[in-house]
Amino acid sequence: MADRGRRVLITGIANPVSCALAARLEADEGVEYVAGVDLVEPDAPLERTEFIRADLRSPLVAKVIESTRVDTLVHLGITTTPGQVGGRSRMKELNVIGSMQLLAAAQKAPRLRNVVVRSTTAVYGSHYRNPSLITEDVATDAPPRSGYAKDATEVETYARGLSRRRPDLTMTILRLANTVGPTVETPLTKYFALPVVPTVLGYDPRLQLLHEDDAVGALERATVDPHPGIYNVAGPGVIYLSQAIRIAGKVAVPLARPLMPWLAGMLRQSGRVDFAADQLQFLLYGRVGDITRLRERFGYEPRYSTREALEAFIESQGIERAIDPEAVTAAERELLGVLRRLRPTGDTAAAEGTAGAEEVRT
Amino acid sequence: MSERSAAGGEVIPLDLTRRRPRKPAPVTPSASPAAGERARCQQVTASGRPCRNYATASGRCIVHADDPTETGDQERRIEEAARPEPLAAAEWEAIAAEVLAFARRRLLGDYKVDPYGFDRELTEQVLMPLARPLYQRYWRVRTTGIESVPSGGALLVANHSGTLPFDAIMTKLALLDEHPEHRHLRELAADLALRTPIIGPLSRKSGDVLAHDDDALRLLADGELVGVWPEGFKGVGKHYRDRYKLQRFGRGGFVEVALRARVPIIPVGIVGAEEIYPLVANVRWLARLLNLPYFPVTWQFPWLGPLGLLPLPSKWIIAFGEPIATDDYPADAADDPMAVLELGDRVRDTIQQMLYRTLMGRRSIFF
Repeated sequence: MADRGRRVLITGIANPVSCALAARLEADEGVEYVAGVDLVEPDAPLERTEFIRADLRSPLVAKVIESTRVDTLVHLGITTTPGQVGGRSRMKELNVIGSMQLLAAAQKAPRLRNVVVRSTTAVYGSHYRNPSLITEDVATDAPPRSGYAKDATEVETYARGLSRRRPDLTMTILRLANTVGPTVETPLTKYFALPVVPTVLGYDPRLQLLHEDDAVGALERATVDPHPGIYNVAGPGVIYLSQAIRIAGKVAVPLARPLMPWLAGMLRQSGRVDFAADQLQFLLYGRVGDITRLRERFGYEPRYSTREALEAFIESQGIERAIDPEAVTAAERELLGVLRRLRPTGDTAAAEGTAGAEEVRT
Repeated sequence: MSERSAAGGEVIPLDLTRRRPRKPAPVTPSASPAAGERARCQQVTASGRPCRNYATASGRCIVHADDPTETGDQERRIEEAARPEPLAAAEWEAIAAEVLAFARRRLLGDYKVDPYGFDRELTEQVLMPLARPLYQRYWRVRTTGIESVPSGGALLVANHSGTLPFDAIMTKLALLDEHPEHRHLRELAADLALRTPIIGPLSRKSGDVLAHDDDALRLLADGELVGVWPEGFKGVGKHYRDRYKLQRFGRGGFVEVALRARVPIIPVGIVGAEEIYPLVANVRWLARLLNLPYFPVTWQFPWLGPLGLLPLPSKWIIAFGEPIATDDYPADAADDPMAVLELGDRVRDTIQQMLYRTLMGRRSIFF
């Protein structure tokens, strides 16, 4: 069947990352057929991708897999924020029940060979007891107990269950770090778009970012050239939150930790940022995955480092800077000039003897 | 002469606070000492004063025994140390430009941190300069044997004391300032340090990581110098009467790490940190309430209020020992509990001996 080319089914096709993946697969001659499932139609102009409107929670999904005769299933239909779908309980149902149905259907699909599941590094939680670089096998102390991260943990459990029951399948789970880029919208991207950026007083988490092109690149590789396993996917390097805010030219407003839930509530109600409890924990301790396995076993080298991803994101979304780098550089030059003019008087006091006197004369 | 020889296997006095008969300090210690008085060291201290430690057979004290500089000529060298260099105008301008450029880089986020969060620029330009007065003036830290710290990956193991872990900061600074390669010590920190607001991010930025095998092994494989204080809170929060008595060395995790990474272990004995906050009681219920490993009552805290937070100006000596090689152990030694325990005990004994020896060379707690 390999000589006939791949037949790929992507769930959650309305998501910009899924669209970009579909577009790349369309361009790939080794891919014979691409289909996308979602509840809403994608905005992006896709050519040969067939859009199928279906709810992952319904048993209809099994029919979709059967009728499209796909050999590769890419499960990206996981909602990251409750705001997108109208409430946390609905989000949980879509994510958990949807994935359960889908993967149960996949188990019964004889033609299926390759399954790719999108997960997140948030499954490690954010905890001060986590290692500085978290490898895929490490058992972390604080598994997430709420929100998207908990859903992702459960989806991974179903995925592992599937690969246990269908050993003939290649199962790739990609744990993506916080994704940024021109099109994706996550709580983190909205956070950086705020006029002033609230941080937690006394804490400075390390951030690890993934450019959306790299997210798509890694997913594409997992789709067309399977390397079964679990991989952290992120740009190399880290930056501190404080540093990221400065790179973005924003002003940080450190708030006492007890005020954060209240602030998160305000931001959620005003519809600016959909901050959940686990993301507040992220603002305290951050999280960084080790990408050695991605590079060495999976064979993907991210094109954007964490810093480059952030810079590209700021550039592309036209985020307004409160602090202009040119103004800062000009101020530096100005100050240095002032100091130079002040020098003679300041120096005679400091230096002694002839050296100082000569300086004044020149 | 009633001089004791360090080599003679006699009982080593631990109680160094006992009074000695007061005598006027000799003006020139290198001159013939009064009859019955032990010879003083012939070397000059970092602050330019004659060293007042007792000398060993070599004519110098244990602190200055390895000093390459010539003895004698004390007056001249004291004078030199006392005279500040006039700052040239061009130099002053360069410093101003550097400070401004530093401020600009920090303001625009134009600096690099390593994946563990180590911010080299902040550490070298801000954090370590803040600790340097403590190191040079307040505790007048002297090091011995620092050149035996190799240039590749190595695991540095030290005793822990002082109620607050200033010994870790001073060791870090010692390696940065006095090691020929100005090495940064990557310390394996307790989770309490990393979860504490303000302290946590700062210690991360200065190169500390959580004491986790994965991180330690990766750092050692990258050729970093990793520091560990295996006594942990048992050491740093111990009673003053137990000073310089090494506590249990955890479960020997550090030995496993060194064996896996196949790097040498460098024993380090820190003398002086025990006396900065002499802990005389631990208020257990308050510690439990505040979720701390101990709540200290020291000579100065809480009796003196905020002033009690000021550490005592003890005299510090950090002794770096000869590296203990781990590559002659078999490859699977890390999985052999006997080998791990044996090596752990060896390291512990070495450090204990180093502490005793260094203590003998110290004249009093404060000088």
